[in-house]
Formats: sequence, structure tokens, C-alpha cells
Amino acid sequence: MDCERRWPDPKVIRARSESLGKVTFMSNISRDDVANLAKLARIDLSEEELNHLSKELSVILDAVARVQEVASADVPPTSHPLPLQNVFRVDEVRPSLTPNEALSGAPAQEEQRFKVPQILGEEQ
Amino acid sequence: MIKNSAVEMAKALNSKEISSVELTQAHLDQISKVDTDVHAFLHVDSEGALAQARDVDARRKAGEKLAPLAGVPLALKDVLVQKGIPTTCGSKMLEGWRPPYDSTVVSRLKDNGIIILGKTNMDEFAMGSSTENSAYGPTHNPWDLTRIPGGSGGGSSAALAAFEAPLAIGTDTGGSIRQPAAVTGTVGVKPTYGGVSRYGLVAFSSSLDQAGPCARTVLDAAYLHEAIGGYDRMDSTSINAPIPPVVEAAKNGNVKGMKIGVIKELQGDGYQPGVLKLFNQSLDLLASLGAEIVEVSCKYFDYALAAYYLIAPSECSSNLARFDAMRYGIRVGEGSAEEVMNATRQQGFGREVKRRIILGTYALSSGYYDAYYGSAQKVRTLISRDFEAAFSKADVLVSPTAPTTAFKIGEKANDPIAMYLNDIATIPTNLAGIGGMSIPAGLADEDGLPAGFQIMAPAMKDDRMYQVGSALEAALLSQWGKPILDNAPSLGAR
Repeated sequence: MDCERRWPDPKVIRARSESLGKVTFMSNISRDDVANLAKLARIDLSEEELNHLSKELSVILDAVARVQEVASADVPPTSHPLPLQNVFRVDEVRPSLTPNEALSGAPAQEEQRFKVPQILGEEQ
Repeated sequence: MIKNSAVEMAKALNSKEISSVELTQAHLDQISKVDTDVHAFLHVDSEGALAQARDVDARRKAGEKLAPLAGVPLALKDVLVQKGIPTTCGSKMLEGWRPPYDSTVVSRLKDNGIIILGKTNMDEFAMGSSTENSAYGPTHNPWDLTRIPGGSGGGSSAALAAFEAPLAIGTDTGGSIRQPAAVTGTVGVKPTYGGVSRYGLVAFSSSLDQAGPCARTVLDAAYLHEAIGGYDRMDSTSINAPIPPVVEAAKNGNVKGMKIGVIKELQGDGYQPGVLKLFNQSLDLLASLGAEIVEVSCKYFDYALAAYYLIAPSECSSNLARFDAMRYGIRVGEGSAEEVMNATRQQGFGREVKRRIILGTYALSSGYYDAYYGSAQKVRTLISRDFEAAFSKADVLVSPTAPTTAFKIGEKANDPIAMYLNDIATIPTNLAGIGGMSIPAGLADEDGLPAGFQIMAPAMKDDRMYQVGSALEAALLSQWGKPILDNAPSLGAR
């Protein structure tokens, strides 16, 4: 993958940053940064994946950082397409899964419960 | 019979020319014949489909009044749960999982007597534009088996194009219904966000995900839309309003006096010349049918792709946290819960899913949240405003669905950014939550492969897409003299 490439490619979308404040944002994601993110995301990435992803993420982040060019303080954020606040329902008993159904996909179960590995370490 | 439209099949079922069992068996036979080559299906439920067909036949024989599509078979994207039927989302993470409940889409299909043939292949957890990211191997485009069928819903679109099913369900987070439709010469509709329940749809990016109908004709898609759409108390983001009159609109295709807005930013450089030529020919045709073509500018669309690739990974990093090896899915390794989680997610997730989870984790981490996710949310506002302004000048907006025809399998597999560009014209509608439809525009000069024409309508005005789509479809069909899929090579001849 060509790491010099910015996104969107100028050939694909006409450059249109004349009047907009130019934001230069050179992302440099190190192998250790990715290792930390992988720890947060609970994925045991291999050494090869860590190296590969740090290069890819730098390129992708450089490309997506363009959103900052137009995200001025006076623009409100949109988190969702529908203007919903809290949606409530009546608190009533309705048919639902039986314990056996709910447990049917569990990797391990015991006494109608999900059986999970030890959660706390020895020192905790 | 398998090459007919779903409406024609329904008519034959109604007049008892054919039974649902016969029709279902004919499609199962076609799957046996061609799916080794196409690989549209991850699971074929022959027994369940035939049992459902027998039930519909018995009810019809008993004189029961059935829904319009009762007895017609359908292919279901493997991201929607169906009770007791393997649901993998194209991921090793869920290999062997059989969901204990039906998604609302599946419940409604069953209520309508629509026969579910099986589950279709997809990019893992719907992340991709080529179906190459499936952990179970790629789907092949029936037009050329060396090419991609689009994605993430490439299994559904390929099943339609290979006549393995006349109807299919897809889901569209950034174009996963429409781009596959475009590159396979089929019809795909992303309804208004909230128009079809997400209950039982395995979440990728909850504020963008939307299930919708896939078919070979606009009218078939409309009937399927009505079957699955509408309010659902199990989805708090479901819109509590009547389904827009899509079937009526599809039956009365007409653009006379309508204003059709061409989005300046969704054409030009980067689009394949043959794709643009077909787009412009369709515009001429719409004008000849009495529509007024106006140009509109949506200047913030240039930022849509960047915003999408922050918002979708951010939401995915949160949504996919549920795959923790504790309640369902695979469990790998020994040791503490955290060690098991780490090992399971390493082994269960594929490359693209990991890439997006890590990207989303970064974009949501403190210190970067405002700069990335926060800014992307603001772009989302700007894009919605662009749409509002454009819809004040036009009844519907149009563009090519995808910038190119189907590319070769493997061609873009190592360049995520090139892959992401496939969705450049489809992503804005997901960000704004409005509807989008892709219909076949013809075959591109360069490669003889299908390209799509995209129609977008304001929120809950989905009927307008069907009205325009069906008018254009009829005009194109009379020009071509035969359905576009008649040009596809016949399969299974080996």
C-alpha cells in the first residue's frame, strides 16, 4: 500500500480546500500505540499484525482527519439520524427466552448459568 | 419459472399453476447446480424451506387468504438471526451458533409466508465492499466468476443474479445493499433509517445499519419492503408511522413534472467513463419522460467518506465488544477471562474487523475523541443540511451507485482505502438516515458489466424512489428489449 497517498485521492474528489483553514495532521501511529489499543480492545494481535496495522492506521487516520477542516465550533454534532430522546415501553411481563434457550449458545454452562473463566487475578 | 419476477411467481402460485413446494424445489435445484461456482450461500435450509412451502400450499388449498408474496422463496443475509438456523455474519467468531430467536425481519417474512431458502454470504460483520472479507471464502459475481459481487451483501445480490432466489434481504450501513445491486445488475433498496426493524440484526454501526429488500425488479422490491417494514416495539429506533406507499408507487412509475436533482459532487473524476455514460443516458431518458433535471451541489459530501470511516469503526468497536467468548460464539484458550477474551477475539475476527475495531478504539480514546469522532459527528450535520437544501430544489436526488463496475477478486484486497472508495456515492444517505435505491442502468462499454443508477429520497418518502425507479426501469427495459440479466452468462454448465 502506498503510504504517501492521502485520501480521498485528489483524482477522485476535486480538491476544495481553498477557503478552508488547512489542517495538517500527520498521524504517526507506532507499533506500541497499536499494542495499547489492542489491549483496550481485548485482541491479542500478533507481532506481524501490530507492525502492519500501525502503518495502515497512520494512512487511514491521515485520510479521515480531513473532517477537522470543516468541523467548526458552531456546527452541532449529529449522533443519530432520528431526533429521539429516551424511548420507554410499558414495564410488563411478556414472553421471552427460557433459561435453556438463553444458554443454548454458551461455550460453557453450569447449573443454568454461563460458566466463565476466572475474572479476578490472584493478587486482586 | 426461476427467471421470472417474484410477482409473476406469486401470480402463478395464486392461480395454482405451480405449488410453492415445486417453486422452492426449483430454486434449491438451481442452488445445487450453480452455487459451487457462485458461493452465494453459507447455509441452505432445504428441509425448513420445503416444510414452510408445504404449509403455505396447504393454507392456500384450504382457501386461506395469503399475503402477496406467500410461497415465494427468498435468500436471507447471514447477519439476521433466524431461530435454530446457523448465523455466522461471515465470521469464525459465530461458527456453529444457532440463534434462539427470530429477528423481526424473519418473523415478518414467516408471517407473510415467504420461504427462507438459506443464509447468504457477506463480508465479516458486514464490513467490506466485495464479500472477500467473509471468513468462509468470497462469493463470485455471476456475470464473471473472477469478479466480486459487491459487498457486504454480495451473497444476496449474487443469489438474485444467478436465479438462486427471486428475492433477498440485505443490510446497508454504507452501501451494502446498493453497491452489490449495482455490480450484479439487480435492484437494492436501503429504506429510511428506522423504516425496517433492526431487532435481531447483528449490529455493526447502530446509527447507520438498515435492513432492506433486494430483488430483480422494482415492484418485487416494493412488495418485499411492505412485507418487512413498519414499526416494531422491539426496536426503539423504529419509526412509529405507516410504511410509505411503496407498492402503489412502484405500480405507478411516473416522473412527469418531477424535479430530479443531479448531485454535482457524485460524478466526474474517479468514476469509470462507461458508468458515467450510462448514468447520463438514464438522465436523458428521465428527461424524455417529462422530468426536469436540475443540478444540485452538496459540497460537504467530499467529507462523507472520512466521517463514515470514523463513525462506523467507532460504533463497531463498541458493538463488537459483545463477542467476549462468554455467552455465545467460540471460546479459545485457557486462563483468566481476559486471556480467553484476547485469544478468542484474535482468532475469531478477521483482518478488516480487527482494523476497524482498532481504528474505532483510537477514535474514541480520550484526547482524540473530539478531533476524530466529534468532528465526524459535525460533518454528519453538514451532510444532512446539504441534503435538506438539495431536497428543497428537487423531489429526488440521483447519482451513479458505485464509481466502477465489479472489479477482480483480490484486486483491492490489500488497499483498504481503494476499497473504501467503492461506497463514496452511497455513504451520504446512511449518514443522513434517508433512503436510497439502486437499479440497473445498463452495461458499461469498457467491460460489458452492469452499473447502477442511484435514487435518493427524503426521510420517509421512500415511495418516491419506487415511483422514479419503476418509471426508469420500464423505459430502460423497452430500450433493451429484454431484462438486463438475460445478458449474463449461463452458469453451472461445467
